[in-house]
Amino acid sequence: MPWTRRHLITLEELSVEEIDQIHATATAFKKILGRTVKKVPALRGKTIVNLFLEPSTRTRMAFDMAAKRLSADVISLDGSSSSTTKGETLRDTAQNIEALQADMIVIRHAAAGSPLYLSKILGIPVINAGDGAHEHPTQGLLDTFTMRERLGSLKGRKVVILGDILFSRVARSNIHALNKLGANVTIVGPSTLVPAWFTTLGVSVSHDLRSALEDAEVVMLLRIQHERQTAGMFPSLGEYTSLFGLNKTRASWLHPKAIIMHPGPINRGVEIDSELADGEHSVILEQVTNGIAVRMAVLYLCSGGQPEAVVTSD
Amino acid sequence: MPSSLWIQKARVIDPAAKRDAVGDVFIKDGVFVASLSAADKKRAKKIDGRGLVACPGLVDIHVHFREPGQTHKETIESGSRAGAAGGFTTVVCMPNTAPVADTAGTIQLIKDSIARTACIKVLPTGCITVGMKGEALAPIGSLKRAGVVAITDDGDCVQSNELMRRALEYARMFDLPVMDHCQDHSMTQGAVMNEGAMSTRLGLRGWPHAAEDLIVSRNVILSTYTGAHVHLQHISSRNSIEIIRRAKSRGIRVTAEATPHHIALTEGSLATYDTNFKMNPPLRTEEDRMAIIDGLRDGTLDILATDHAPHTDYEKDKEFDFAPNGILGLETALPVCLDILVRRSRFKLATVIDLMTRKPANLMKLNAGTLAAGAPADLCLFDPAEIWTYDAKAGFSKSSNSPWHGQKLTGRVKTTVVDGRVVFDRGRIVGR
Repeated sequence: MPWTRRHLITLEELSVEEIDQIHATATAFKKILGRTVKKVPALRGKTIVNLFLEPSTRTRMAFDMAAKRLSADVISLDGSSSSTTKGETLRDTAQNIEALQADMIVIRHAAAGSPLYLSKILGIPVINAGDGAHEHPTQGLLDTFTMRERLGSLKGRKVVILGDILFSRVARSNIHALNKLGANVTIVGPSTLVPAWFTTLGVSVSHDLRSALEDAEVVMLLRIQHERQTAGMFPSLGEYTSLFGLNKTRASWLHPKAIIMHPGPINRGVEIDSELADGEHSVILEQVTNGIAVRMAVLYLCSGGQPEAVVTSD
Repeated sequence: MPSSLWIQKARVIDPAAKRDAVGDVFIKDGVFVASLSAADKKRAKKIDGRGLVACPGLVDIHVHFREPGQTHKETIESGSRAGAAGGFTTVVCMPNTAPVADTAGTIQLIKDSIARTACIKVLPTGCITVGMKGEALAPIGSLKRAGVVAITDDGDCVQSNELMRRALEYARMFDLPVMDHCQDHSMTQGAVMNEGAMSTRLGLRGWPHAAEDLIVSRNVILSTYTGAHVHLQHISSRNSIEIIRRAKSRGIRVTAEATPHHIALTEGSLATYDTNFKMNPPLRTEEDRMAIIDGLRDGTLDILATDHAPHTDYEKDKEFDFAPNGILGLETALPVCLDILVRRSRFKLATVIDLMTRKPANLMKLNAGTLAAGAPADLCLFDPAEIWTYDAKAGFSKSSNSPWHGQKLTGRVKTTVVDGRVVFDRGRIVGR
């Protein structure tokens, strides 16, 4: 099937085939990253604007890198340098960017739904780089890409997402992608941060770390934000770590070949033991590298490129 | 202009008189009369009511006309025109203007504008607390003397139980109803929609119904304790309705309202983050929606009120988190209620009209809501079967923030009469 999608707003709306196509295309692009000349002319002459209205380092750098590897011109704007601080509306900011003849907008915004809103206003492709607690589709794509590289098919695999699920767009995007790819997803953490509503998204909800981790082939940790503590979501980081922090003993409950993932930035000693973060099961830095390849694929496909053939379609 | 009006052969519905039959309505010198003399009949302006329903002018005790201070959204003039177009002849304005209506001077300013510009009866409310800040009682006695018909802090629900208790005790001295928007703010920080499966999916901050239930309970308890009347605004939660039902069965003096949008829509409409579905309290679940309809059916919820809340396009056209709460209501309330309550929920037409006329008028002790001889001749004439497409941008409100924009509605107001004068007729404002 040819690729027709111009915007990437959510993983909830992608088909399995589209995820496969993005992953197949990312596999091809990843090879380029290993070359001496890490650049292809796929998007030469195109201008991509990274409109990051919420702070980000990793995602923004990865989008920047991905666009440059495809030979696009890149302009990055952040919240403090854009006119939003002068009271300009998002509509006006975005329409100005379009009028400046940008070919694509990558947007990170604290308000859920903003990328969808922009996609309805603008005539150029809009890529969601994270909207509030809603979705972070390229993160979900790079995470499942990494899992598939390590494990092959995800059908029937037990995947655990551990931490601050309530406010996590990474969790939501991964839940949608993993469900589509056939994994069995369990989310685990304190009951205030992992509310039962999530069962309606098709995952198991647990507050018992041992049963959740047992035989899991993937554990994905999410950063615990200190602000949640002052909001009364849990008593202290210390108590969180004692109940839900991943340490060596707890990691031993996992499947022997399990991989440990984290979208970053990590809090060493809070959600994960420092040793584990650097250990043999950790794929945290692979995720970062794969993030470039996956974003190259997304930028390329949404600019009108066609996907690589899908080899294994599960 | 003739001082007599003769509405002929309409289906006349007057819940106060238990009247629902085809017949005529006579008006002379601004009041309803039982009949007209032969000479008056000759001179009277005649309105063909065949196929139409004639009922008391609709009464809405919850609107925002944004004057003074926010007249880019709405004015008393534009709001009253929207009301007339929707069949409303009496509306009660909320005090969350700029400045808020917490002094007799501001009430006088509002009343002056009403006298100059309103084409229907517009009645002001005053604040419960100074600046609507929830810290100190507003000059409620002066507000009463200046002409307010109720006090409320509207969207800024009084959080202090002690202050609310004192407000109820104090207002009781003036027989002023206290209206409360029931929301425990500590539970709704940053909240923009109902908390539940949908907010989980959309990643939006949830407003749990428990935050409404808590303040509803608080108000029931304080009403019991003080004996004062508390009116609970726009109830949205199934649990709240159960609490009110129990309170009423024990004879406690609480009344409650439901909005057209809470009986027509649910949080499911939010899937595309359309800010014309963002309001406070938020749209909730199908179970809540059904419970509100049942509450109206058994009288737990006393009346319908629109919470007509205009905001400009450029204010609403924003990220969902940043858009203001509220939607228009006056021009769509009647057809929406006819559809949801009469057509889909098998309410009698007269029951729905009662919920929009006599009952809200009685609740506020207003001389309105009836076609009885001697009563002010406020009347609404509508075609219950006309199908039309609502264009919010072509409406009479200054704003167009309506979830029904572009939708086909059934039932359309043809003529609105205030004190015997035709103010709205077939799509046009014709008088004041």
